[in-house]
Amino acid sequence: MTDMTNNAGVPRQNRTTELVAASLKRRRRKQLRLQWIGIGAISIAFLTLFILVASLVSSGWQAFSQTHLTFEVYVDPEEIRAKRLPRGGFDDALAASLGAVLPGVDMSDRATAKAVEKILSNGAQFELRDRVVVDPTLIGKTIQMTVPVSDPFDQLNKGLIERETPEKFRRVKDAEIQWFDTLKDQGAISKPFNWALFTNADSRFPELAGLKGALVGSFWALLTCFLISFPLGIGSAIYLEEFAPKNKLSDFIEVNINNLAAVPSVVFGLLALAVFIGWFGMPRSAPFVGGLTLALMTMPTIIIATRAALKAVPPSIREAALGLGASRQQVVFQHVLPLAMPGVLTGTIIGLAQALGETAPLLLIGMNAFITSAASSPFDSATALPTQIFIWADSPERGFTSRTSAAILVLLGFLVMMNAVAIYLRQKFERKW
Amino acid sequence: MNDLRKIERDVTMNSTKITARDVNVHYGDTHAIKDVKVDIADRTVTAFIGPSGCGKSTFLRCLNRMNDTIDICRVEGTIELDGQDIYRKSIDPVQLRAQIGMVFQKPNPFPKSIYDNIAYGPRIHGLAKSKGELDEIVERALRRGAIWEEVKDRLNDPGTGLSGGQQQRLCIARAVATEPEVLLMDEPCSALDPIATAQVEELIEELRREYSVVIVTHSMQQAARVSQKTAFFHLGHLVEFNDTEQIFTNPTDSRTEAYITGRIG
Repeated sequence: MTDMTNNAGVPRQNRTTELVAASLKRRRRKQLRLQWIGIGAISIAFLTLFILVASLVSSGWQAFSQTHLTFEVYVDPEEIRAKRLPRGGFDDALAASLGAVLPGVDMSDRATAKAVEKILSNGAQFELRDRVVVDPTLIGKTIQMTVPVSDPFDQLNKGLIERETPEKFRRVKDAEIQWFDTLKDQGAISKPFNWALFTNADSRFPELAGLKGALVGSFWALLTCFLISFPLGIGSAIYLEEFAPKNKLSDFIEVNINNLAAVPSVVFGLLALAVFIGWFGMPRSAPFVGGLTLALMTMPTIIIATRAALKAVPPSIREAALGLGASRQQVVFQHVLPLAMPGVLTGTIIGLAQALGETAPLLLIGMNAFITSAASSPFDSATALPTQIFIWADSPERGFTSRTSAAILVLLGFLVMMNAVAIYLRQKFERKW
Repeated sequence: MNDLRKIERDVTMNSTKITARDVNVHYGDTHAIKDVKVDIADRTVTAFIGPSGCGKSTFLRCLNRMNDTIDICRVEGTIELDGQDIYRKSIDPVQLRAQIGMVFQKPNPFPKSIYDNIAYGPRIHGLAKSKGELDEIVERALRRGAIWEEVKDRLNDPGTGLSGGQQQRLCIARAVATEPEVLLMDEPCSALDPIATAQVEELIEELRREYSVVIVTHSMQQAARVSQKTAFFHLGHLVEFNDTEQIFTNPTDSRTEAYITGRIG
């Protein structure tokens, strides 16, 4: 081969090798650059995610515990009378008992008594009331109670109120700090896990506010959304993909479904406000209406995911079934749909996860109302997780700052869980052929 | 015509099973099949040969109306099965496909168990009244597909776990489980190795005793080995249709001769 030469007299084979070698360097450099850009992009994405989660955790972790005070309460028959139940001076009885444990406190001074009472959460008197109503024999006895302290003292205990700040800029006065330290020295202060965050509904008082109302509201809304969007979405997708004739009309429908998926969610909220509430007269703030609105948004996602999953089923399976004399309906429901199910479920769960985090349409239909009890049906007023975050983020009390972050963490937890289920289902039902 | 040869190849006076007259097929603007006229005999293997894109598979798929599923495909002319026009309005393609089974180029078992693969057709057509009857149908079909001995102990294993050749025999067994009258095979051995091919060819020879078999093949050797009748397609025309012996030894059309000697295709 060496005698095969080109015009320059260089053996042809060598020349090719040289050219390749020369270009190889350039190509390698290009590839390396691309790799580094990719690694850089992923790093930035991870860093952002890390910063987000870290900032949420750093401000939110405090909300997962709540300072409690344990003390002996004398259920004073002067203040609480059996025949007047459930009314009575529960707050005064609590304050008097607390004042008794604090040395050097003059409870006859109204201002001091008021200040002592403010150490306790506003919910403490109701806790005592409920116990006495259940068991009126407690009147006249001394019982032990563990109740949440009010937000400023919770902040103090968590170190979120600086003791060095001059007294006039501080929410707790020097005397109050002293009382609190006394109680702490007595071992009366504890900081257990804040179950109230999950078992209480919303409240004006941060130490009593919880996510139960929002969780229940989100549950009803998502259930409604799923029950409507899943069958309708799959049905439309099957019809469009398997049965509808391919013509201008079906093209038009396809384009519009894709457009629908891109419509800003606030527009769906306005639509729901005008149609469901304004026209059909459905209740305001109800998770059912929220679910209907979210279903409008989720349906295009499910339709698109289902159509993609149906398209991905190999045509050989359809042919096999058709060739055996299966009808089109049998082919779809006995072969194609079962094989497409992992994709359908993944799409559905991702659509629902999207719906779970959706805020704007729920604000428009009034799911950001202040509601202090959990909804018992989808037609009761309720909030949802994202709107609850919205409400808390707007609240001025210090305790809501950390609770907002905690609520976001709970929402993110649910999203991660749903995506994990999607991945699990996809891997479990994935078939190989 | 050499009578001795006919007897030797076991072509008796079999009745005509399928009659096609003036069949034209259009895919959108493409004229894929042009005026095809052919008679397919019962209990005979008929091979369709021809270069790629000549329309032999398209024509095969007209025989059980598989082209109906393609929107842009138009079929004209008459195709009769036992004297009945299969494109009549009153004929349901579902019923037709129960009478005319099909085996595809790529083995395509359902991602279900071996048993369910075979039982699917009889189930949807309601051929078995009891579980015992269905078991019998499955065993008979697997025996006819010459795969019973290999799978009888693992009927609940997935059909997709078999080797390529076994999968194709499973597909043939699946096709015969519904007791069709005609079996269409679209290049059934193109994805198989020579040993599996030999097994399938042996099976085709067996099947001929009960069915009319139509096979599309790229391999002229295969057509010569398994068929009694051969049709040569070229550019949508049926160029020549005759006894296989005749086509391969003494073709009348120059295009047929050019193809079988390897000059076109």
